[in-house]
Amino acid sequence: MTAYIAKRLIAMVPVLFGLSIIVFMVMALIPGDTATAILGAYATPENVERINRDLGLDKPLVQQYFIWIGNVLHGDFGRSFTLNRPVLAEVMDRFGATLILAGTALVLCSLIGLLAGIVSAVRQFGWADRIITFVVLAGISMPSFWLGLLLILVFAVTWRVLPASGMYAVYGGGDLPDLLYHLILPAATLSVVAAGVIARLTRSAMLEVLRQDFIRTARAKGVSETRVIYAHAFRAAIVSVIPVIGIQAGFVLGGAVYIETVFQWPGIGAMMVKAISTRDILLVQGGVLVVAASYVLFNLMADVVQTMLDPRIRT
Amino acid sequence: MKRLFRTLSAVAALALVAPAALAQTPPNVLIVGQIAEPQSLDPHTVTATNDFRILVNVYDGLVRFKPGTLEVEPSLAESWQVSEDGKTYKFKLRSGVKFHDGSDFNADAVKFNFDRMLDEKHPFYSTGPFPLSFNFASVDTVTVKDAQTVEFQLKEAFAPLLSNLAYPTGLIVSPAAVEQYGKDFGRHPSGTGPFKFVEWQSSQRVVVERNADYWDGAPALEAVVFRPITDANTRVAEMMAGGLDVMVEVPPDNVATFRNDPNFAVSEQVGPHVWFSILNTKSGPFTDKKVRQAANYAVNKQSLVDNVLQGTATVSAGPIPPAFNWVKSPVEPYPYDPEKAKALLAEAGVSNPSLTFAITEGGSGMLDPITMGAAIQADLQAVGFQVKIETYEWNSFLSRVNTGLEGKADMAEMAWMTNDPDTLPYLTLRSDALPDKGGFNSGYYQNPKLDEILAKARSSTDQAERAQLYGEVQQIVHDDAPWLFVANWKQNAVTQAAVKGFELQPSFLLNLKGVSK
Repeated sequence: MTAYIAKRLIAMVPVLFGLSIIVFMVMALIPGDTATAILGAYATPENVERINRDLGLDKPLVQQYFIWIGNVLHGDFGRSFTLNRPVLAEVMDRFGATLILAGTALVLCSLIGLLAGIVSAVRQFGWADRIITFVVLAGISMPSFWLGLLLILVFAVTWRVLPASGMYAVYGGGDLPDLLYHLILPAATLSVVAAGVIARLTRSAMLEVLRQDFIRTARAKGVSETRVIYAHAFRAAIVSVIPVIGIQAGFVLGGAVYIETVFQWPGIGAMMVKAISTRDILLVQGGVLVVAASYVLFNLMADVVQTMLDPRIRT
Repeated sequence: MKRLFRTLSAVAALALVAPAALAQTPPNVLIVGQIAEPQSLDPHTVTATNDFRILVNVYDGLVRFKPGTLEVEPSLAESWQVSEDGKTYKFKLRSGVKFHDGSDFNADAVKFNFDRMLDEKHPFYSTGPFPLSFNFASVDTVTVKDAQTVEFQLKEAFAPLLSNLAYPTGLIVSPAAVEQYGKDFGRHPSGTGPFKFVEWQSSQRVVVERNADYWDGAPALEAVVFRPITDANTRVAEMMAGGLDVMVEVPPDNVATFRNDPNFAVSEQVGPHVWFSILNTKSGPFTDKKVRQAANYAVNKQSLVDNVLQGTATVSAGPIPPAFNWVKSPVEPYPYDPEKAKALLAEAGVSNPSLTFAITEGGSGMLDPITMGAAIQADLQAVGFQVKIETYEWNSFLSRVNTGLEGKADMAEMAWMTNDPDTLPYLTLRSDALPDKGGFNSGYYQNPKLDEILAKARSSTDQAERAQLYGEVQQIVHDDAPWLFVANWKQNAVTQAAVKGFELQPSFLLNLKGVSK
């Protein structure tokens, strides 16, 4: 197992390296440049040249890339042009906020998705199944930013029970209850689609398992129905759901980009949107590396958990 | 199931009890909703109005704009003298003023500020770049005469110097803090202003607190929190939810809602902003003045301002916005007259000229560029132009337009905000401001008479003469029509009814010293 994990971690290196080259090239290819982004309407060729010189952007691209990668290997991710701040400090601040949001959403969507899927399967074609299937379909079909605005409108503007945006109270605050209070709406919004996907898969996996012989045997032995469902069927079904949760982790991270913008959550998604529009190439690179690495790690974790749960693929 | 129901009703009950305390902002602390996070709190390194709104509350300049006008009045400089030839400015500085970090404000500090921006050999030049330092390009040397006297020697007479000093690029930073923090000064700002910097949390808030020792009287507010909320819908929702006391740049669609609600007050103020379309005078149909004028008659500006911008702008007459009310502007906007436009096109001997119109998706001061572009296209087509629209993302758009329209487009949207009537025509309409000479004259308009008047107005130190000369500039450019003149933006803001003393300034700067709640 350790060897397997080590192998997967080593395989991550070329992935991240290749990714950094692609991102660098794409950022260089899209029209517009950093100096214009900084100067706005004041971007005369003369001013652009001066800024490029001050920022070291007048060097050839290949050279810029190697300077950057050399620094990264020494732990220096450079300085953001637009934020006047080291990239690493900004990325770490922001990534923490994203992890809190995405992590909460992932736990939420797994719990809700699994529970809904089980209920749906056990009461197949019953009223609970119908309602759940309908809600799941609606959840998957709704654009999350739209749902987010709707929730803000209902809970923050009309009822005034939850904050419309932000991660902490604007003045004072900053403790855990404050955080949880601000977390409810964005985490709920972010988990809806993934919860739907997980519910659907859990339902079909459970239905599949419930039809199998060992379930009939268990029931024939007189095992209680609760035990049949949770100890026997669910145990078998979850094995095929776990990798989906791993993939959903990636989607939740990706979805965080919209949700962070809608709820002004100070996460890495909103940071990336701004970094790309201002052509802040080092900030984009730093952000992409962290997000990509965590995506690979999530999938690795899902695989490891699956291996532990499923004796058939344990080696 | 029963337990679940019980938990849910408990949560619901809690939610219903909680609201009153939660929806309100803390007492005597003003929460301001901004459109984006600042880039830096070093006034010399930034260009965005969004950042200026914070900076003018933390720093002072040598001079500042008199409330409600674009005329300068003393600030950190108590008085000044301008030499006969307009090339020497001697400032007498206020004594006893300290920066927030405790260091003294004096003539050495002033010299440090301008040398840092202008002298590439200055030890702290590397804390830049300083994108707007060209505002002071005419400054040759800054000399310390004594602790409270500083003298600016100019390379040539330059009348806009004082208003450039009142602009945020002229705010004075603490040399001690720059020395201490270097490139990170923008995150640890220190000035002399009415509010002291407390903290900046990325993408969450910038907090400033009352400077009890402020030389011009301490502000009433205990603190101000600037919150960046980039999504306009969320910003509006947060305002309606009671989470903000002040919100700037209200989207046109929401102004009426706030205006009709007694819990809010809407403020408006015209500013030195012009929204126009550059016309390519070098190639294509707009080489002919009559065709350019035809375009100006063809577009229904009033309808654009009333319907697209929903009253958040006024119709523009020329390159100098009416916010400079001291300029003697003799012209009225081109009236909407499609018949006259058709007649002019016939006179010019062109029928159905085809045009490429470059528009942008959005950008600083661009208001609602896609809808505006489409409406202009429709009006132009109604009199016989064939208009093809090309849309670009803001950054790409600037790279494309600033390098000149030739071979790319016949017209392009553009907007500018300035602090002196000189700036815009000087940078965009002179023969010496063509793109290959480092200027913004992307439509290649050239008129020797205009060049001459601009040069004269720039070096004159007589305000009455300048008022006259810029009036002539307005007249000439209006007649030659190198642009399609469209709108002057009225900046707006909405405040909770409890907020008192809030006032928008024509400079677009947001002075919060006199605000209370």
